[in-house]
Amino acid sequence: MRADLELIEQWIKPASRLLDLGCGDGTLLHHLSQTKQINGYGLEINPDHINACISKGVNVIEQDLDVKGLANFKTNGFDYVIMTQALQAVMHPDRMLDEMLRLGKECIITFPNFGHWKCRWYLMNKGEMPISRSLPYTWYNTPNIHLCTFKDFENLCRQRNLQIINRTVVDRSHQHRWFIHMWPNMLGEIAIYHLSR
Amino acid sequence: MPETLPPDSVGLVKPQTVIFDAPLTLQSGRALPSFELVYETYGTLNSTRSNAILICHALSGHHHAAGYHSMDERKPGWWDSCIGPGKPIDTQRFFVVCLNNLGGCHGSTGPQSINPETDRRYGPDFPVITVKDWVQSQVRLADHLGISKWAAIVGGSLGGMQALQWAIDLPDRVHHAVIIASTPKLTAQNIAFNEVARKAITTDPDFHAGRYHEHNTIPKRGLMLARMVGHITYLSDLSMGEKFGREMREKAFKYGFEVEFEVERYLNYQGERFSENFDANTYLLMTRALDYFDPAKDYENSLVDAVSQAKCSFFVAAFTSDWRFSPERSEQLVNALVEAGKRVCYAEIDAPHGHDAFLIPSPRYMDVFSANMNRIADEVNA
Repeated sequence: MRADLELIEQWIKPASRLLDLGCGDGTLLHHLSQTKQINGYGLEINPDHINACISKGVNVIEQDLDVKGLANFKTNGFDYVIMTQALQAVMHPDRMLDEMLRLGKECIITFPNFGHWKCRWYLMNKGEMPISRSLPYTWYNTPNIHLCTFKDFENLCRQRNLQIINRTVVDRSHQHRWFIHMWPNMLGEIAIYHLSR
Repeated sequence: MPETLPPDSVGLVKPQTVIFDAPLTLQSGRALPSFELVYETYGTLNSTRSNAILICHALSGHHHAAGYHSMDERKPGWWDSCIGPGKPIDTQRFFVVCLNNLGGCHGSTGPQSINPETDRRYGPDFPVITVKDWVQSQVRLADHLGISKWAAIVGGSLGGMQALQWAIDLPDRVHHAVIIASTPKLTAQNIAFNEVARKAITTDPDFHAGRYHEHNTIPKRGLMLARMVGHITYLSDLSMGEKFGREMREKAFKYGFEVEFEVERYLNYQGERFSENFDANTYLLMTRALDYFDPAKDYENSLVDAVSQAKCSFFVAAFTSDWRFSPERSEQLVNALVEAGKRVCYAEIDAPHGHDAFLIPSPRYMDVFSANMNRIADEVNA
């Protein structure tokens, strides 16, 4: 079990309705259906991931968020809408956030922190866009078109009047480290936010 | 004609016929006093009878879905690409049943059959059959075969509509519904095309108000036209362009109205062949069944309420180039299933072949179809 999924699990109430945007091979939904008896659906566009979901018995719907958005889903149709490591790759993250909180009472979002000290050091030292193990792309071929720092994200939440119920900051392997919490925007690599309207 | 049977073929198969003596009351209020269904089976029913799959056919389909009737048969069954050992509907795991629907013209009771009340062919007197009626007739077949719950009901196009209707009408008898290139109801454009086809048939001077057999003729031209216009809706602009482009039989224009373009020749050939093998009254019935299909109508036009009756899980697939039943139609169904909290997987398959793509074994289609059928096989211990 991936550490970030374990962190998410503790926030999910049993037997809830859940939508996972970019659900990958369905690991999270499969796990939650076994431990929390959730009624979950995943959106995905990668054919191999879709097959993997089907093989696991995970409900998966082929839908491209950037093309179709989420307009086909009913307001308040879900208890939770989850997006792991994909917000930075969508066309309009701000609108996506609004949509997620239209569909779900709460949403859970994870994304990489562009304000991590290694990114800052890379840019300051080399004068080039940072490349790392968690952000392995070059600027021209990266799917991550809307990178942000934790601070940026929280500014957006404040601007949109979104409530941050929980926030956890972890390192690349999704482990808690005591020192991260001293200066999360500098020391945290991945953030997991739990939001509501 | 195969010299030897391919290893992934179900091999030589034989149709069977079953007679049902109890009357079948139809949605229209009319009733059939008795009826026959012709069907084929492939694979073996397991001891717990949990591995049975019902294949529902589309407009011009029939019971011969896979394998060969004889070594002289030119082509295998219409869905041989998907049914057989190692194919998505794997006959090593599943027991597969495919029938010719009521009102058909390939052996089941239909307009060409003798009406026991008059001792003449039903012809135009054959009652209008709906998808709901087909499901009721298929229930009789399931009972006859001792199948209390299908592992899956699988269908493309009009076949998918039957799978959906089963799921709604008989929720305890379906484990899984597989609905491919289908729609929860026809659009005005779909109905318009059907009307053109019907008009072509009924205005043919050889139609004789549906009693053409009594005049020793068939409305060949009407049926041919109906098929030609239908066939265009099964293909895509792209696939027609790739197959024919503007190819001509001879290079120079003849400045006349004979067949010159390859696409004209193809359509004429398809229409002609079809008109020799299909019954005009059946064609009218099948297109009407399509028009009438709208399971939401029984639930105050709420598709969500309609599918809420279902207890099975669903697999829905659509093809990007299908403009007859476009992916949007399938998405309408998927959205309703999600809203109703049903188990559903949906694949929008990138394929250039138009509506016909559901018959063509393209790699992505076969992969996702197989993944789904394998999961069903695991769930039902096939």
